[in-house]
Amino acid sequence: MTLRRGETLLLTVGIPVVFVVFFSEVHVLPTGHESAVAFVVPGVLALAVMSTAMVSLGIATGFERGYGVLKRLGSTPLRRDRLVAAKIATVVLVELVQAAVLIPVGLGLGWRPAGHAGAVAEAVLLALLATIAFGGLGVLLAGILRAEVNLAAANGLYLILLLLGGMLVPVAKLPGALAAFARGLPAAALSGGLHATLGGGSAIPTESWVVLAVWAVATPVLASLTFRWE
Amino acid sequence: MPAVECSDLVLRYGATAAVDGISLQADAGEVVAVLGPNGAGKTTTIETLEGYRTPDSGSVRVLGLDPRAEHRALVSRIGVMLQSGGVYPMLSPRRAVELFRGYYRDPEPTDALLELVGLREVESTPWRHLSGGEQQRVSLALALVGRPEVVFLDEPTAGVDPEGRIGLRAIISGLRERGTCVLMTTHELTEAERLADRMVVVGTGRVLAHGTPAQLAVAGGDRPSVRFTSRAGLDTAAIAAALGAGVVEDGNGTYTLDAQPSPRLTADLATWLADHDAALVELRTTASLEETYLALVGSDHDRPHDGDPVPVRRRTRKTR
Repeated sequence: MTLRRGETLLLTVGIPVVFVVFFSEVHVLPTGHESAVAFVVPGVLALAVMSTAMVSLGIATGFERGYGVLKRLGSTPLRRDRLVAAKIATVVLVELVQAAVLIPVGLGLGWRPAGHAGAVAEAVLLALLATIAFGGLGVLLAGILRAEVNLAAANGLYLILLLLGGMLVPVAKLPGALAAFARGLPAAALSGGLHATLGGGSAIPTESWVVLAVWAVATPVLASLTFRWE
Repeated sequence: MPAVECSDLVLRYGATAAVDGISLQADAGEVVAVLGPNGAGKTTTIETLEGYRTPDSGSVRVLGLDPRAEHRALVSRIGVMLQSGGVYPMLSPRRAVELFRGYYRDPEPTDALLELVGLREVESTPWRHLSGGEQQRVSLALALVGRPEVVFLDEPTAGVDPEGRIGLRAIISGLRERGTCVLMTTHELTEAERLADRMVVVGTGRVLAHGTPAQLAVAGGDRPSVRFTSRAGLDTAAIAAALGAGVVEDGNGTYTLDAQPSPRLTADLATWLADHDAALVELRTTASLEETYLALVGSDHDRPHDGDPVPVRRRTRKTR
């Protein structure tokens, strides 16, 4: 059902592809010495993870709650853990589709990922950790806000994290205090890690692992404590 | 063992008790309607039986199981129709039924179920484009998918047109014959009377009366009266003289006789009307169900409650 919704496809695949193509070809981003495409592809991969795990999952869950679907499912034999597992599987599946589209597009535009096979494995692991963190955040909002408010909140948060998350604009270009704040956000931790491995060929900074690990524990726990099914 | 049983059920929202000591039971093959005005605690009661709420006190058993502690064992044996919503708006009736079939071990065949609730013609229309009555029927179909032993219907006739109501009646009769227990809520007396074997009348969280429709109609018998309908403007003084009982015209050709019903009285009344060329359109010698119900709910409404009078709060609203 997730991929049947037009707006989901636009958010999770359409926008990231447009970003990759546009910002790789139009050199407006302050990426410094790096070529635009080398910066943009890892950043947009981070954006793709955030779109799916936080925005798409969060909005869908919020509306399911608003429509009373979650309440109704509560009196069917469908178990809660099965429902949650199905949602996780959906998110991971969409992320695979995103990777399958974005990586060839990036390669076609001249992106050459740095590093060795181990770096890719590390990047995948980091992306999974980020999926948990973003997913928790999306469901946290969906569980406490009204569906329409949640829709606005998820989109607003998406925009803020897009700008502060080092996805299109390097965190280093932000003013000092804002940069420090941004570094504590899961978005910058993910994009920073992906830039380091896929862009720079170096190891993922410990800071990225720590920040994401904290978010990946905190948001699902908070979400499960505060989630209201109706 | 009754299929559904709750006793001395109490549920509070903050300081107010939405349900304040309700007891009821329903057996297999029985249709029981919980009847009462809005805010009487019907939905809270039925949702507690469905396992959505934890009682503050009292006991609840459905098929001998605790709806919360033994939720997992119970859910495959009950069917639930919520008061509203519960369906993905973009799903068609057919896809919604197919989705729900996946949750049950031995589900009803899709075609037969859609046929039963009369949705074959709109089976591919997304839920959000269906009429209110059709949406209700989707909810009903989803309640029946798993061949439940107990069906809970919360306001099943709300927004349903007369034709749909006839269909619903047929479906409920079918469930009764199968031995299914049906517990429904409604605020519509006529629907309860037509559908239910027994009614439980509730008001402000308590049971006001219960019994079969016929028993409840008689229960208002502390005010015995004979009511009849005929031509408007009959000579009430002449009738009173002929029958030896006071007569009042309530308006529009409806009259109330202040007398105990008796075969003699009925005959005398009919004779008098015949002599004056007035038709006897309707004659009732016991309090009707409606009168009983209104008397019950009305007197409950007048009764002072704890915490009354409620202070009127002025809400300040920002204007934009």
